Amino acid sequence: MSVHVVEANRPELVSIGRADGGSRRARRSRLPSGVERMLGVVLLVGAWQLASNVGLIDVQTLAGPATVVRSGWHLIQDGTLQSAVWVSLQRVLEGVAIGVPIATALALIAGLSRFGEDVVDAPLQMLRFLPIIGLQPLIVLWFGIGNTAKVSLIVFGVIFPVYINTFAAIRAIEPRHFELAHSVGLGRFATIRRIVLPGALPGFLVGLRMAAAVAWLILVFAEQINATNGIGYLMIHAQEFFQTEIIVVGLAVYAVLGLLSDALVRVLERRTLQWRASR
Amino acid sequence: MARQPVIDRASNSSWIAGPSRSQDASDAVVVRAEGVGRTFGRRVVLDGLDLEIREGEFLALLGRSGSGKSTLLRAFAGLDDGIEGRAVVPARRAVVFQDARLLPWARVLDNVVLGLRGADAHRRGRAALDEVELLAHERDWPKTLSGGEAQRVALARALAREPALLLLDEPFGALDALTRIRMHALLAGLCARHRPAVLLVTHDVDEAILLADRVAVLTDGRISLDATVEIDEPRRRADRRFAALRSRLLAELGVDEDIEAHRTPITTHQPLH
Repeated sequence: MSVHVVEANRPELVSIGRADGGSRRARRSRLPSGVERMLGVVLLVGAWQLASNVGLIDVQTLAGPATVVRSGWHLIQDGTLQSAVWVSLQRVLEGVAIGVPIATALALIAGLSRFGEDVVDAPLQMLRFLPIIGLQPLIVLWFGIGNTAKVSLIVFGVIFPVYINTFAAIRAIEPRHFELAHSVGLGRFATIRRIVLPGALPGFLVGLRMAAAVAWLILVFAEQINATNGIGYLMIHAQEFFQTEIIVVGLAVYAVLGLLSDALVRVLERRTLQWRASR
Repeated sequence: MARQPVIDRASNSSWIAGPSRSQDASDAVVVRAEGVGRTFGRRVVLDGLDLEIREGEFLALLGRSGSGKSTLLRAFAGLDDGIEGRAVVPARRAVVFQDARLLPWARVLDNVVLGLRGADAHRRGRAALDEVELLAHERDWPKTLSGGEAQRVALARALAREPALLLLDEPFGALDALTRIRMHALLAGLCARHRPAVLLVTHDVDEAILLADRVAVLTDGRISLDATVEIDEPRRRADRRFAALRSRLLAELGVDEDIEAHRTPITTHQPLH
């Protein structure tokens, strides 16, 4: 809403609202916003293609968009891409499926009692400053170089954002809601079910979104070391043969998967947090 | 009616269980507090307070802000662990707070039946919602309700418990004046139908006289005035006895009701702000 002073000699008076009555958007004719937003992307890809065509960018430095698309299509046709994506997706899902329940349980223990907070929160707050990727040498010693090592690294990465956000959300539940629970005679488990879990859900979902991003990040790292399958392996293998187009395909797939998992959590938010939308 | 006194496990507890051992044979007393005390740090808020409320009786408790009237209500509700002295209260009691205190993530009906047990919990919840004329909103989210509607849901939540003692902690304090008038009529009707014992904590003298059978004033940690309201229904502010009781209560609260006495003459032409 625009606010502007109408009378220079009466600076304490301001006019609120628009005198012309029209909305701001209507003043200038515009392309549909979706088209406008794509414009930048199209320009960038066009410039990239042009630079490749005229030889400004060497294929061994970065393959052009057309080559990348063609190579992606071949990888889909012979099934290489699908199986690689499936292997990578499984690793992330396993890591999330193990890490999220652990983080939630730890947050409940820490959030619901002083004792739990002292025992659980203090060490976790210290550990969260560890760069998770730096654990790799230890993980290799513990779990070898197989799938378990990759999944467990993701588990570690997922635990912290989910734990920290869920714990903070539990602690932010208003004391008056606990008082209400007491006054209507809710027991401990009913209080957790009716007050703590729904009250902490928004924070938990913020943690889950961060966890999804972290999980893909760690996956990229883990798959480029000692992997024998998955998207990362595809990229490292391509590197040996200077197939930059396959590396770009791998990057694009990672981006799409990250985007999709974020969208999934957003859908989850919309479905479960209906009560936050006001009329 | 089966009266079920409860033990409140206070730190210095002598809150008693079982039927009151008092000499008074009258079973109609549902709340009996004897020598109730509460201190916050060095500040004594309740100081050997005695109070009785009888079955079906509507008691309004007045007091200046900070006088400890809400502290007493919270003690009766079992929400205060630091209470000394002894008191018997019904096990079936319900609280309405100044804020409606609805869980924002639960729909209206789920808020009403919160903590209710039994297969007919939802039926009772709906009946209570119907009584406050909000049955149409049973599937709504609390966020979409107005302040008055939210407080009616809170009333329904209390009613659905069929309490022997209804504890109202300034329930209309946050509502606008017009809504408050409607809520007074609604509450009077509900109490006439269900006949719970009521403790209404308020700072509104008119509200107290309009609704209560008995009005008490809390001063310096004790009941300093305890008067039965003997004004015919429907009570009108124009009633001579209304005005008389009002003056008496205001005097007890240490308030000068005469506005003129506070009005300072305005000598200049400047606005007040």
